[in-house]
Amino acid sequence: MALIDLANPTRFLAFTARVLPWLAVATAIAFAVGLYLSWFAPDDYQQGATVKIMFIHVPNAWLSMAVWAVMTLASLGTLVWRHPLADVAAKSAAPLGAAFTFLALLTGSLWGRPMWGTYWVWDARLTSVLVLFLMYLGVIALWRTVDDPTRAGRAAAILTLVGAVNLPIIKFSVDWWNTLHQGASVIRIGGPTIDPTILRPLLVMGLAFILLFVTLHLAAMRNEILRRRVRTLWLMQAHAAQGA
Amino acid sequence: MAFWPELGPHAAFIVAAYVAAVAVVAGLIAWVFADYEAQRRLLAELEARGVRRRSDKPEAV
Repeated sequence: MALIDLANPTRFLAFTARVLPWLAVATAIAFAVGLYLSWFAPDDYQQGATVKIMFIHVPNAWLSMAVWAVMTLASLGTLVWRHPLADVAAKSAAPLGAAFTFLALLTGSLWGRPMWGTYWVWDARLTSVLVLFLMYLGVIALWRTVDDPTRAGRAAAILTLVGAVNLPIIKFSVDWWNTLHQGASVIRIGGPTIDPTILRPLLVMGLAFILLFVTLHLAAMRNEILRRRVRTLWLMQAHAAQGA
Repeated sequence: MAFWPELGPHAAFIVAAYVAAVAVVAGLIAWVFADYEAQRRLLAELEARGVRRRSDKPEAV
């Protein structure tokens, strides 16, 4: 099957039926290995065992931005190319992105209390991620407000493109402003500054969460295609009833 | 190597973070499963009433 064939929703459904079981197994294996490595990773010399929170906080923080980037590409697909699956992809990704962002904020807060002495500060990194979370909720609300999926898709795509401005602000907030949050230590010019014994479990957990997102996103897209078919059939039934 | 590593004085924060992650991920998986079942059931009900998309091929008799 060529990649272009996946633009057809029926072929996309057949594709998801084939790949979802394999993706689910790969995700479960990645989590099993990642959690094992995380659990038995050595303590940090300064932070002690609380470094274990990093193995779930950082992958969720990465995904919080990556999912919005996926939604931004899908929004371009909606507005520029009118790709039939583009707004399906954007709509399905939004609740997943909101959940990952919520987890990044929550686990960061639980990590901050013992390390910084506070659950929350209004510094640039934390505030910009909170804004990202609110933007996810805004896009989800917009999708639910407009009944016609095509109109909702265009409005949500514009909001998503505007919201993409926040991504570089989040990434570089720790460089542009004086923040309590630490600077980049993995994705940075010059390479990671984390010891390999801690970096390895972090990267495996990162892979596990990426696989989780891909699996759930494909499944949610399949659900959205089915939801639109149900809507089409309801409309056909209503028109038939009016004509009778 | 002990199965239960020493989590130190901040064990409650570490355990709370992992419990929250498990709860949210489990919630996402349950939501996706439940939504799939609901949409399949609705489609089956509509098709049982004879409502079909024009692009759907008629079943072979």
